Amino acid sequence: MSTSYREIVNNGLWTNNQALVALLGLCPLLATSNTAINGLGLGLATTLVLVLSNTTVSLIRNLVRPEVRLPVFVLIIASFVTAVELSMNAWFHDLYKILGIFIPLIVTNCAIIGRAEAFASKNTVPKAALDGFMMGIGFAAVLFTLGASRELIGQGTLFSGAHLMFGEMARSWTVEIADYKGVLLAILPPGAFLGLGSLIALKNWIDKSRKERVRKEAAVPGEQQAAAT
Amino acid sequence: MSRNILVSALILGLFGFIGATLVAVTEFGTHDRILENERQALLRQLYEIVPKQQVDNDILAHPLTVNAREALGRESSLVYVGEKGKQLSAMVFEATVPDGYSGPIRLLVGVDGNGVLLGTRVIAHKETPGLGDKIEKEKSDWILGFTGKSLTDPKLDRWKVKKDGGDFDQFTGATVTPRAVVNGVKRVLLYFDQQRDALYKEYLEKAKTNP
Repeated sequence: MSTSYREIVNNGLWTNNQALVALLGLCPLLATSNTAINGLGLGLATTLVLVLSNTTVSLIRNLVRPEVRLPVFVLIIASFVTAVELSMNAWFHDLYKILGIFIPLIVTNCAIIGRAEAFASKNTVPKAALDGFMMGIGFAAVLFTLGASRELIGQGTLFSGAHLMFGEMARSWTVEIADYKGVLLAILPPGAFLGLGSLIALKNWIDKSRKERVRKEAAVPGEQQAAAT
Repeated sequence: MSRNILVSALILGLFGFIGATLVAVTEFGTHDRILENERQALLRQLYEIVPKQQVDNDILAHPLTVNAREALGRESSLVYVGEKGKQLSAMVFEATVPDGYSGPIRLLVGVDGNGVLLGTRVIAHKETPGLGDKIEKEKSDWILGFTGKSLTDPKLDRWKVKKDGGDFDQFTGATVTPRAVVNGVKRVLLYFDQQRDALYKEYLEKAKTNP
């Protein structure tokens, strides 16, 4: 029942990616992935909450009785989310105005309670913290990719609104495709589903071709052997 | 068994307390900053419409709350009053236009003391991205076209989009949204025309009683 650090990293980023494999947290995922910066903002907030909640849950894992563990986890997560929400409002006010209504939704992101229950409550603090971080980064990466592609296809820009997160100097980061009208569908809610579906398909395709390659490589020495005999 | 329940209850209570403390401490630490942020954000919006040299009072100090559902779209809307040299020099109305294409559109409309538009901005809307959202200043210059207009320029019966025989452009593929905004701004101007003196008097009294 002990997972190596390497496995934790792999699981979070790829094998058990919360958005692409576990399909958890779809509500905030689909709602805030209309631009790259929105996706990144919510992704990072989720990561922060995941690390904090995983660490705390792991710290108290021997203290809390099994019968009250879920309510305790929910309490912890809700408190952290509220704290993150207030801090965001204080330090990233403009971004908060865009993402504001989705921040409380982090509480309902099943990925967080899922990791608390499935991993953090059974593992040591460093592992739990790393798991939270990696799961969060994996989630944020999907949000960011989905946001970037929807923004690019939908309105022909990239990193619009970067100044909301990185300050005025980031205003010039916005990339714009000249003379591109944009495909409205990508920005609208169906675009989120189509985009996520495509990303899942892409991941499965990569996994499949990778497996095939491994099988071929394993088969090649066998063939040589067969030829030699 | 009952002992177990008691311990569990205590643990749960303890974490409830810890959670509440964490939130309370964060709230305490960020409260002033958040209020200041909101004030700054509002000020930025107002100064976008009202040039700084147009006013010499604190425009946020005594906002009026008016009930003008017909003209401003809500039971209670805020009106900010700007003065220069003790003369009314600017009034900024929060107006809600109920008949947007997909829900209400919230506007800030600023006029000077003579009823000439200083500017208009959309603060919130749900119009279709790529079509109706050209009313945002970030998306197109359309909303800037209101600046300098008044009830006499163009004439009252020309306060329509071109499609309806008026003076204001509509967008390709979206007429409902600009029509709603033009009407909304017109209603604010008419309201200002009728209520100018009453509002300014109310402001003066408010400013006198709590400076």
